[in-house]
Amino acid sequence: MGKTLFDKIWDSHIVASKPGHPDAVYINTHFIHEVTSPQAFDGLRKRGIPVFRPAKTRATADHNVPTLHQDQPIKEALSRHQVEMLTKNTSEYGVELYGLGHRYQGIVHVIGPELGITLPGMTIVCGDSHTSTHGAFGAVAFGIGTSEVEQVLATQCILQYKPKRMKIEVNGQLGKGVLSKDIILYIISKISASGATGYFVEYAGEAIRNLSMEARMTICNMSIEMGARGGLIAPDSTTFDYIKGREFAPKGADWDKALEYWKTLYSDADATFDKVLTFDAADIEPQITYGTNPGMGMGITRHIPALEQLEEKERPSFKKSLEYMDLQPGAELLGKKVDYVFIGSCTNSRIEDLRLVADFVKGKHKADDVVVWIVPGSKQVEAQAKEEGIDKVFAEAGFQLREPGCSACLAMNEDKVPAGMYCISTSNRNFEGRQGPNARTFLASPLTAAAAAITGKVADVRELL
Amino acid sequence: MSKIFQHLVSPAVPVPIENIDTDQIIPARFLKATTREGFGENLFRDWRYEADNTPKADFVMNNPLYSGKILVAGKNFGCGSSREHAAWAIADAGFKVVVSSFFADIFKNNALNNFILPIQVTDAFLDKIFEAISANPKAELEVDLENQFIRIVATGEKESFDINQYKKTCLMNGYDDIDYLLSLRKEIEQYETTRPFNF
Repeated sequence: MGKTLFDKIWDSHIVASKPGHPDAVYINTHFIHEVTSPQAFDGLRKRGIPVFRPAKTRATADHNVPTLHQDQPIKEALSRHQVEMLTKNTSEYGVELYGLGHRYQGIVHVIGPELGITLPGMTIVCGDSHTSTHGAFGAVAFGIGTSEVEQVLATQCILQYKPKRMKIEVNGQLGKGVLSKDIILYIISKISASGATGYFVEYAGEAIRNLSMEARMTICNMSIEMGARGGLIAPDSTTFDYIKGREFAPKGADWDKALEYWKTLYSDADATFDKVLTFDAADIEPQITYGTNPGMGMGITRHIPALEQLEEKERPSFKKSLEYMDLQPGAELLGKKVDYVFIGSCTNSRIEDLRLVADFVKGKHKADDVVVWIVPGSKQVEAQAKEEGIDKVFAEAGFQLREPGCSACLAMNEDKVPAGMYCISTSNRNFEGRQGPNARTFLASPLTAAAAAITGKVADVRELL
Repeated sequence: MSKIFQHLVSPAVPVPIENIDTDQIIPARFLKATTREGFGENLFRDWRYEADNTPKADFVMNNPLYSGKILVAGKNFGCGSSREHAAWAIADAGFKVVVSSFFADIFKNNALNNFILPIQVTDAFLDKIFEAISANPKAELEVDLENQFIRIVATGEKESFDINQYKKTCLMNGYDDIDYLLSLRKEIEQYETTRPFNF
């Protein structure tokens, strides 16, 4: 019987599969950052052991770095200490660091792909749940906890039970103004924030095949928001074209050998999945969330569900969520005033996202009382945006183009949305307090966020194109 | 942190909310410590305290009627971020067991790696636990890892739970995954020689 893409990669990375034990899975690439690694290095120190394969781990500082004045010392003492610890640990253990000021610095899930570190067929882990992003290249990539970071540092392996396999097919063509972010928000709204827990998802179908690498990364990035261990897409010519020539990608004869292998990475026609879901791209309109988990989303022209549409049991959590958001059941969001617009995060901060936004806002200006933060995913994205003149488009529109980092996605740094304010955000989570204590988040695509920046309200971008 | 878990009888702290994400368990702004200790005081920070740090009277952890080493929560507990700080905060606040009708995968791993036992019960049994605690805040639960059951002491109702045998052995004996992985060094080096590329 044939194998799924996931099984092909997983099975070829099993180092040991002893009875009564989870699989010991070999990890090709391990990314670390300042927040979830210090305790892992401490663990090594306590055990008196080195990093087993330091060349297979890469570090960057992204989660709590400021997005203004990165050339100056970090003002906030705890953040500074955490970044300094990363510098100390990586230097002591021989791990390559793209820290603040480095031309490769950026959000860990943005820099891996753009540097050609992320490759098809790899196993990739990081102490961050959005590691699923790298699955867009046909890699098995997933987020892990700090104890597991320590496992990988110590042995280049991780102990894991094999998840179940799910296939999600999106057939047909996307409509005007509908982006890959809308596809994934739509899927999560249909299957809920726990609909794929226990599964590794393969995305397939015409609408997925037609996406660029950046757009595929957005889809895989949010796999975790429906509970999936990870998500991946079989590599194809779009993937190979993206990788070719990147800094750390294979070159020359190595490239040819690699390509030959990568072309074997697909699910066999007779492979079976534990679950298959099918969607039609034509049914997807621009999406927006209204609640406090990513499953609480809808088409932008729709109404928030009324209480009667929910089962009795679901109502208390639903009501708590809408109270936090200060929204009414049954209401629509179109025309709702927004205070902040955040375009950034590992979901939507790549050059393609910035280009889309710049094309849309060129010659327009933001609404008066909206604050617009554009936070590029990496130094390379920032440099590219400047080279293309995108920075000027944003400046003329009244948008603030800041420096790279995770920023207001999780508000660990100063980039916090004030209490009670509404932010339309291209990030991945609308949890209570995620963008700052009592901040209220609407998740949406970069285009829908840009439309809100210009109009000052939740708007249907299709009417503005 | 005790590394061994076998048997426990304790009252429980109920948080009957679904989809409790790790940002609620420990908000990102409290992730700046570089040790594993001290996160307990910020467990459920924004549900537990006002912005000026005064305790919110209506949150269960501020109600002296409720205490114990067992946290009971609504389904899909621990979704969201992979931050192990969530498990550290729960452990640091003195909990040894979390009961829910559904857990997010990464949280479950993180809990087990910190010798916290996540017990998945049916929706019906979870309701019974909430009812028992609602009837009596001091209602005790018995957790028996060896025999894999959880029991409401007052009513005697019990339900068995699943746990992977490897993880069960680890919990009952205080073993961790790194000890096992380090013992595989020869296999790991052997594996590396078989791979043509770094992928």
